[in-house]
Order: sequence, then C-alpha cells, then structure tokens
Amino acid sequence: MNGWRAYAAVGLGSALGTTLRYLVSLATHATLGPAFPWGTLAVNLLGSWLIAAFAAYAALRVGGRVARWQPFLVAGFCGGFTTFSLFSLETLFLLELGRPGLALLYVLLSVPLWLAAAWWGDRFVRARHA
Amino acid sequence: MNASVGLVLMVAAGGALGGMARLAITNLFARWVGTAFPWGTLFVNLSGALLAGALAGWFGLARGGEMTGGWLFLVVGLLGGYTTVSSLSLQSLTLWQSGHRRGAIGNVAVTLVAGLALAAFGWWLTGRLT
Repeated sequence: MNGWRAYAAVGLGSALGTTLRYLVSLATHATLGPAFPWGTLAVNLLGSWLIAAFAAYAALRVGGRVARWQPFLVAGFCGGFTTFSLFSLETLFLLELGRPGLALLYVLLSVPLWLAAAWWGDRFVRARHA
Repeated sequence: MNASVGLVLMVAAGGALGGMARLAITNLFARWVGTAFPWGTLFVNLSGALLAGALAGWFGLARGGEMTGGWLFLVVGLLGGYTTVSSLSLQSLTLWQSGHRRGAIGNVAVTLVAGLALAAFGWWLTGRLT
C-alpha cells in the first residue's frame, strides 16, 4: 500500500483509535473519577498488546488479511489509540496538583506494563499460530 | 460529562491529521537514517510531548471537566494521535528480541526522560508551570 492510500488508511485508523481513546477516557473519568488517569493507562496497555499481536500475525501470515490491513491497524488504529503526549501531560498534572507519589506511581506502572503487554501480545499470537 | 457529537468529531479529525503527520515523519526518518533504530517514533513522541506541554501552558492548565473544543482538537485529537505508545512498545520489544538490548533500553529511557522534560519545558515556556 503506497502513497495516498497508505495516508488514507492511517488517517482513518488513527481517527477511529483516537475517538475510541477519548470515549474510554470519558467513561473511566465518569466511573473511576479524575484522580488517576486510568483511561490512558488502559488504552496504552491494550494498544501495546494489539500492535504486537498484529505485527506477529502479519509476520506469520505474509500476504494475509492482517498484513494487508497493517497501515490501517498498526500505524493507524494502534497509533491513534495510544498516546505518549497525554501520558506526559497527565504525569505533569499530577505533579502540579501536589501528588508526586501518584505521578511516580503512574510512570512506574505504565512503562513496564506497556512493554509487558507488547511482549504478551507477541507471545499470544505466536503460541497459537506458529 | 456529555460527549457531544461535535466534540467527538473534532477529536476524530485531530486524530486523523495527527496519525498522517506521524506517518509522514516516520517515513522521512526511515529514508534519511534507515530503520535499524526507530528515530522517527522517538522524534514524534518528543516533539509531541513538547507541543502538548506548550499547549497546556497556553490553555492555562485545561484540567478535568472543562475541556474546550480547541483543547480536544489540538491536544486530545491531534497530538494524542500524533504520538504513540504502541509503536514505542513494539519497536523496543523488537530491538530487545533482535539482540539490541542497549538500544531497547535506551529507546524507552530517552523517550520517557526527555519526553517528560520537554513537556515540562514547553509548559514553562508558555508561562504557567510554577
């Protein structure tokens, strides 16, 4: 997939992922409260799992449906769904609110869990489709 | 907290633009410096964190409930879709699995430390971080 088609696929996937991220953050805000950025933590975990699962699946089934839809699914949906800029801002917001312990907890929870989620997504697909 | 259709569309439009900008920049970096190290994603996340911090200062710490359309379009949509945690996780995992362990750790560490520092710097630049 080249040129404008790749841009269209990524733009559409990213619009969908971004919208879903926003809705998840509204939902967690309403149910769990604004004290901790649960929504961003959840989308970054889920997105890291998904991107590794898609990549593993595409690598195992070259020319398959997931491989062909990769710009939409990976750079598009997963890229828009997850966010580093909001993660950074939320960490600063927690510091600004005088909650340095929560800010530290947010960072220390997020980073290992992102990586573990990607590792698990990769493992999950390879174990089932090898 | 009502997710009005207009605000959701602004988030989606920002996400589409952000995702396409990320694709353009990662493509440029791949052409310039190759794909052995994910320089493009690193640049995207660091520049996105700087801009998000600057906008947080500019908007005067738009916190929690009162999210304006401009904030939703630019920060939640555009910069949220532009930056990515899923690619960071997958690319770090791939570096680690291909034996480039220092590259993997460096990628995560630099993204995290420089990203938070740049977001704080952007915020300070636009004059609100006390």
